[in-house]
Amino acid sequence: MSASSWVLALLQALLYAALAPLLAGWVRKVKARLQNRRGAPLLQPYRDLYKLFAKEARMAHTASLLFRAAPYIVFIAVWLAASAVPLLTTGLPTAAIADVIVIAGLLALARFFLALAGMDVGTAFGGMGASREMFVSALAEPAMLMAVFTLAMTAHSTNLASVVDYQLASHDVLRPSYMFALAGLVLVAVAETGRIPVDNPATHLELTMIHEAMILEYSGRHLALMEWAAQLKLLLYGTLLANVFFPWGVAQGTGPSALGQGLAVITLKLAALGVVLAVSETVLTKMRLFRVPAFLDLALLLALLGLLSHVILEVGA
Amino acid sequence: MTAALWLAGVATILALLSAAVSLLAMRAPHVLRLVVMPLFGLAGLTALAAGLAALAQGGTATAELPLGLPWLPWRVRLDALSGLFLCVIGVVSFAVGLYGPGYVRRFERGRDPVTALGGFAGLFLAAMLLVVLADDAFLFMVAWELMSLSSYFLVAFHHDNAANRRAAFLYLLMAHIGGLAILLGFGVLASFGGGFAFDAMRGAQLPFFWASVAFVLAFVGFGMKAGLVPLHAWLPEAHPAAPSHISALMSGVMLKVAVYGFIRVVFGLIGQFHWQWGVAVLVIGSISALMGVLYALMQHDLKRLLAYHSVENIGIIFIGLGLAILFVDNDHAALGAVAFVAALYHCVNHAVFKGLLFLGAGAILHSANERDLENMGGLLRRMPWTGLFFLIGCISISALPPFNGFVSEWLTFQAALQAWQLDSGVLRSLVPIAAAMLALTGALAAACFVKVYGVAFLGQARSRHVRRARPVPLSMRAGQGVLAVLCLLLGVLPTSFIGLLNEVPRQVLGQGLPHATAHGWLWLTPISPGTASYGAPLVALALFTAVGLGLWLFGRGIRRVRRCDAWDCGFAPPSPGMQYTATAFAQPIRRVFELLFLIEEDVTQQEDGQLRHRLQVRDRAWGMLYLPIARAVEKAARQVVRLQSGNVRIYLGWSLATLVVLLWVIA
Amino acid sequence: MSLEHLPLLQQFMVVLAAMALFTSFVLLEQARLVSAIHAFAWQGVLVTLVTLVVASSGGQTHLFFSAALTLGLKALFIPWMLHRLVRTLELDRHSEPLQRPALVIMAAVALVIFSYWLVLPIVQQELMFTRNIVAVSLAVVLIGLLMMVVRQQAVAQVLGFMSMENGLFLAAVSATGGMPLIVELGVAFDVLVAMVLFGVFFFQIRESIDTLDVDRMNRLTERGDDA
Repeated sequence: MSASSWVLALLQALLYAALAPLLAGWVRKVKARLQNRRGAPLLQPYRDLYKLFAKEARMAHTASLLFRAAPYIVFIAVWLAASAVPLLTTGLPTAAIADVIVIAGLLALARFFLALAGMDVGTAFGGMGASREMFVSALAEPAMLMAVFTLAMTAHSTNLASVVDYQLASHDVLRPSYMFALAGLVLVAVAETGRIPVDNPATHLELTMIHEAMILEYSGRHLALMEWAAQLKLLLYGTLLANVFFPWGVAQGTGPSALGQGLAVITLKLAALGVVLAVSETVLTKMRLFRVPAFLDLALLLALLGLLSHVILEVGA
Repeated sequence: MTAALWLAGVATILALLSAAVSLLAMRAPHVLRLVVMPLFGLAGLTALAAGLAALAQGGTATAELPLGLPWLPWRVRLDALSGLFLCVIGVVSFAVGLYGPGYVRRFERGRDPVTALGGFAGLFLAAMLLVVLADDAFLFMVAWELMSLSSYFLVAFHHDNAANRRAAFLYLLMAHIGGLAILLGFGVLASFGGGFAFDAMRGAQLPFFWASVAFVLAFVGFGMKAGLVPLHAWLPEAHPAAPSHISALMSGVMLKVAVYGFIRVVFGLIGQFHWQWGVAVLVIGSISALMGVLYALMQHDLKRLLAYHSVENIGIIFIGLGLAILFVDNDHAALGAVAFVAALYHCVNHAVFKGLLFLGAGAILHSANERDLENMGGLLRRMPWTGLFFLIGCISISALPPFNGFVSEWLTFQAALQAWQLDSGVLRSLVPIAAAMLALTGALAAACFVKVYGVAFLGQARSRHVRRARPVPLSMRAGQGVLAVLCLLLGVLPTSFIGLLNEVPRQVLGQGLPHATAHGWLWLTPISPGTASYGAPLVALALFTAVGLGLWLFGRGIRRVRRCDAWDCGFAPPSPGMQYTATAFAQPIRRVFELLFLIEEDVTQQEDGQLRHRLQVRDRAWGMLYLPIARAVEKAARQVVRLQSGNVRIYLGWSLATLVVLLWVIA
Repeated sequence: MSLEHLPLLQQFMVVLAAMALFTSFVLLEQARLVSAIHAFAWQGVLVTLVTLVVASSGGQTHLFFSAALTLGLKALFIPWMLHRLVRTLELDRHSEPLQRPALVIMAAVALVIFSYWLVLPIVQQELMFTRNIVAVSLAVVLIGLLMMVVRQQAVAQVLGFMSMENGLFLAAVSATGGMPLIVELGVAFDVLVAMVLFGVFFFQIRESIDTLDVDRMNRLTERGDDA
């Protein structure tokens, strides 16, 4: 772990923050095209963030210091979690600091403060958003950890770089457990990032909101940080799915050619994932809240089947 | 090591002294906060020092006290396991000693006798220290009974409230049933070991059947005291009834003493490891964890909610212990050590953050005279320091980085993930399922504490007396602050702390965690660096510097934030009554898990046309276990009552018959 | 022998077996009859694919006939017949959600672990990887039986019975390379006849008691006077 690899790790973290609005813009663009519209330009999220940072931030009379501090905590926690996921290469030391359980813990920390911020102002909408968000995440957590366990039990490690390296080293092995874990994690990712069919990120009807209800009172730079954090979370889950389950093309060294190859490959994979997400958001409808447990039970069942397939079918002895 | 044993003795004597001094408080009530509480805190500090010395030096020290029966003197022993639990007792007692002077002031002019509060608290601490130091069954049981009795009097402190009396009676009853089970367990061990001293029991060779009998008795007895489902019913009744600093001691320390008893008897005295025991402990631990947190979510009395969370965390500790037994039986002692360390670390963590949370609840009770979440709100503005410390406690108990709760949960998950090394395929699938239940528990705990903190400290006050809450005295803030700082340290420097307690698994299981500290204080690598590593200080550093930088950059004068009204859809401004209540917050989760509760809900229309909604969420264990047992006992008792005819001659006849039978048996 | 050491075709078989297990879970949980019939059809397709894989790796030609028979019967004809039956009985809009879904799923998972534990003693060397597929097939059989227990609709019970047969077929194909063709033809036509009889009976039952709920058909007790 030399100093240069630490510098590269920092650069990768900055790249994460820079790429997140691009992914959100791409998904929005594809959705617009599917709906026969031209849609906003691809770089619009960057302009939106810039606009919000320049605007004045306001707080309700009943808000406290926690309301002010929460956007920073949420953004930093999600950013730290994202920087631990291998984006371009597995040769960086960030994955050794925070393994996949720590990533889940950091995301939970962000969600904790997001929910508290929702409750801080003392309106019904914030409380509703917080209650629903904690409800959905409570049901999604066992599914996500079960899918992660399936990966960790196969690769004998929770360090994401090791998991990706293990996948790359075992060429051409069809694992049913990975298939089920992938399906389960996709469902969990949809629930955690607040996309259709669990939550509509573009809604403006307060009674249908989950994530938006918690950040309803935010404005200016606080709102910019919250939006950016949501985009980072989407990028995090996308990179996790792309690099762990389809690891072909991830670099393993830290040379410039390896990094360039890694960047090109991850861009392609994320573009494809963005298209899949946009298609599913166009085709599916948002479920009512008490149908979400059925959705997450399906995710849990898939993760459980992944685990059982691993134990029964793959280990052999 | 003998120096450490002397220190532990001094701590016990200081605790007894604090109990004795409170006799003076009959005449001068302010003695309680000026002398008794500081003595209590000093006793705690001495116990902490003794424990640290024991852990650092290693080895054991024994001594024989000139008390007890002539042929059965009391033996005490200080080894690494006792040392760790001495630290746990000491830390929380020290914080309570700091907190006490501010808190007990309100009792000085009350009707309840202050002498009882100080006296029994000192006895309670002394009894717990003796339980941890005991090296023979006699001293252990005496100290155990003393612990139960003194805490009974403390629970019944506000005895003019009928609910408190009932809670205290239930507590005493269950403590004695548990004590009976432990006594029978010792009996089994003593009959095979040939004596009541622990050394004799350690050398006993028990066949599998009797070892299992002893295990079940110890599990039931210590599990009842620790609060495992379904033997937990006394916990949510007794812990809220006691004064808050006593609740902190009971929940934070007494439950750990029960865990100590379990470890000492099962891991130390019985000494055998069978996978069936491991599975039983794992299953009951998982069920306790899940049921504990689900019932906690449904509460809106703050102290009752915290009591149910103790059930959950004890479940998590027993999950770690169950995993340890499973691994050791499968010849993976190193992995068993990881699970064992996870359980021990969670013991320490839970004592610290549960103590902090109960002290915070006491502060709220002191300032606003309120225990019901539905009447609280906006307390962060009235009690900023308590709010900050309580937030740290909430983050820690929800197992979020960078605080301490996360480290023990991380360790438990790492231990569970090594299940692929087990031989049995069935176990290899059961252990991850238990781990998934642990994940569900963690997420539900986070939901519960968002509810607690959001409803109590944030938003607007929902009642007038909460809006005018008094400020919190310095001593109470100091007590909470000590525990909050410790939460942070335990979370940021896990490697150092694990290095400190590494002696315990080495003595109990024969193997420590060599890799944990192998890569320096920065990295926690319990199994090997390739398998899993957690750079806790780095994560904490990144979090704090980045957040601090952001706040400093953006929060400076030029960018002042103006205040305005909250969004109200264009209707009337939001009143405190429009906020989400605690019951409303938990409603989706209640609806999804409703099969596990006993819910009574109805909406009736009263005479004046107003609708009334009644919701009662009760513990299923009452209907399934306790009420049938109570009914059976009553029925049996009614049969026995027939013996009471009232005639003196018939009673004398019974005595004659018994005497004759006994003489015949002896002859 | 863990998964990495198997040739690609056999890995594919493992994947197909796992997906068949997934379809039996889906079949168990489906509330609407039409979706359940589709899940059953997919299960038939998966079993056909497994037969094809075994046939091409072993070179036994009669297995190709088996595969065609299974595809025609299990994946196409029987689902079509059931679909037509459901449409005639006007049950296609009918939805019957499970009573205690969490308990049923837990029971199904327990059955999977139990079938794995049952086949553990089989340690014949060349059957090592197929032993695991036999475990999965046994689980499919047991889950089919569980479906017959928890479902009240008669058509759903028929689907459970059919999926039991799928599981047995899967076990036979993977463990021993298929049954003799005569046996298979016999079994297949038995199943077909059973289907026809089911269809006829369902009409009769519906005519007489106006429902196909199995719980209403328990009047066959000693007190026959109020039947």
